Amino acid sequence: MSKKVKLMQGNEACVEGAIAAGMRFYAGYPITPSTEIAELSAEKLPKLGGKFIQMEDEIGGIAAAIGASLTGAKTMTATSGPGFSLKQENIGYAAIAEIPVVIVDVQRSGPSTGQPTSPSQGDMMQAKWGTHGDHPVIALCPSSVRETFDLTVKAFNLAEKYRTPVLLMMDEVIGHMREKVELPEASELEIVDRNRPSCAPEDYLPYKAEENLVPPMADFGTGYRYHVTGLVHDETGFPSNSTEIADQLVRRLVNKVELNKEDIISWEEENTEDADVIIFTYGCVARAARTAMKTLREKGVKVGMFRPITVWPFPEERLAELSKKVKTIVVPEMNLGQMVLEVERVSGKYTKIERLNKVDSQIIYPEEIIAKIEEVL
Amino acid sequence: MGKYEVRLSGSGGQGLLLAGIILAEAAIIEGKNAVQTQSYGPEARGGASKSEVLISEDVIDFPKVRICDILLSLTQKSYEEYNEGLKDGGMLIIDNSVEIEEGTKYKIYSMPIIDTAVDVLGKPMVTNIVALGAIVGVTKIVSTSALEAAVLKRVPKGTEDLNRKALTLGFEMAEKALGK
Repeated sequence: MSKKVKLMQGNEACVEGAIAAGMRFYAGYPITPSTEIAELSAEKLPKLGGKFIQMEDEIGGIAAAIGASLTGAKTMTATSGPGFSLKQENIGYAAIAEIPVVIVDVQRSGPSTGQPTSPSQGDMMQAKWGTHGDHPVIALCPSSVRETFDLTVKAFNLAEKYRTPVLLMMDEVIGHMREKVELPEASELEIVDRNRPSCAPEDYLPYKAEENLVPPMADFGTGYRYHVTGLVHDETGFPSNSTEIADQLVRRLVNKVELNKEDIISWEEENTEDADVIIFTYGCVARAARTAMKTLREKGVKVGMFRPITVWPFPEERLAELSKKVKTIVVPEMNLGQMVLEVERVSGKYTKIERLNKVDSQIIYPEEIIAKIEEVL
Repeated sequence: MGKYEVRLSGSGGQGLLLAGIILAEAAIIEGKNAVQTQSYGPEARGGASKSEVLISEDVIDFPKVRICDILLSLTQKSYEEYNEGLKDGGMLIIDNSVEIEEGTKYKIYSMPIIDTAVDVLGKPMVTNIVALGAIVGVTKIVSTSALEAAVLKRVPKGTEDLNRKALTLGFEMAEKALGK
């Protein structure tokens, strides 16, 4: 067994990825099934000269992560559904104040405290619409332990590059399962750091965007003084009541992500070339979908799968293309129908969409997907 | 055989979660793929609890154990709860305190796992390691050397000798159960 090959838990891979990406500050309030992320951050960060702080609640957790990010640190907080609800207000704050921060949601059954130890995909729409007002959203969704590592690195990179909160939408199965992983060497990783100002402190306009719509970000404590607010603000960072400035700001925030979609979006597809049926699947359910696809392929049924890795922004162009070639898209989800709404919006005019929903707190089994496909074909 | 689905069941506190992790790690040491999952919940202490391991030469897609090939039950309650999930002809490894009905379709290996840990070694906390020795001795799903390496990697420092002894006693009871 080479040194790099390990048996690793999803939550552990998240922390390893975060540290590899440069995380040196974690603040949060532990909650099942995300607790190992807090525990391991507490164990590892001090050894790297970083800081871990357990706050009084989930709101305090994200607030501290936002504050630390303003000083130049790469920061993260992790939670599950009940805490994700509490963090929404400050996700909006990070979006309008343009502060990079990674928020991990290891999804469990809801609503409310629900079933703490059971998996779910019930927060997918909350990731998009949970905080009020129009705002940019980047959300990534891993379906293996290795991918949890990779996407945590990517989440940090995107947060730094676009100065925006990035959501890592895990689930209890992926968070808690242990599997064989081979992690990359540090030298194999692409690490992105935020763009910092090159001008003198007195010339710094903290919210004057560059061509890619992202303003350079100065570290607090380095002489660049500026004002940070959740109110609509002008290029100086001070509040403004101007209708023109409000319009420009909200459009720029959203366009940072919308106009850079090609850079942000990724997905995986398998056996889509000749598929009659495509399974649209993400997170832990993709594991069941792959088994179902292989089983049906052995019987000669032409099944493929499409797995969004970036769930927000939604990979709609590729999905639309594929929709024109298939008879049906089956959408298994551990909720009562969330991402399927996007699939219906994008693909509904081209092909038939079939839902498969489960909220009994168990993962969807391959047999259930097979039965659904056999029923609809 | 290419793929094994293993369910370890007993009561909360018997160390079955760690046993599952060790078994999965032993498989990885041998170059195989392995996935370990567990159930938490109200049964986490005292009731029937389980830890599950998939071992395969191939890539493992679906991560949960369904109908298992090998079931360990250390308690009556966990046997009753989980034996239906063992396939016909599957290997049932039980502590000798567990009573099973006549006419099951399993290959049964009944061994003094708990008594060995409690009475012979005087350390109930190594029940899980004795059980691992017994399981691997009977089923050969991983090699004894890979299992020992995995055990030594995961147990606290200073307990290596005790755990090695527990493992050896597990292997020995497996030999007996196999009639060697």
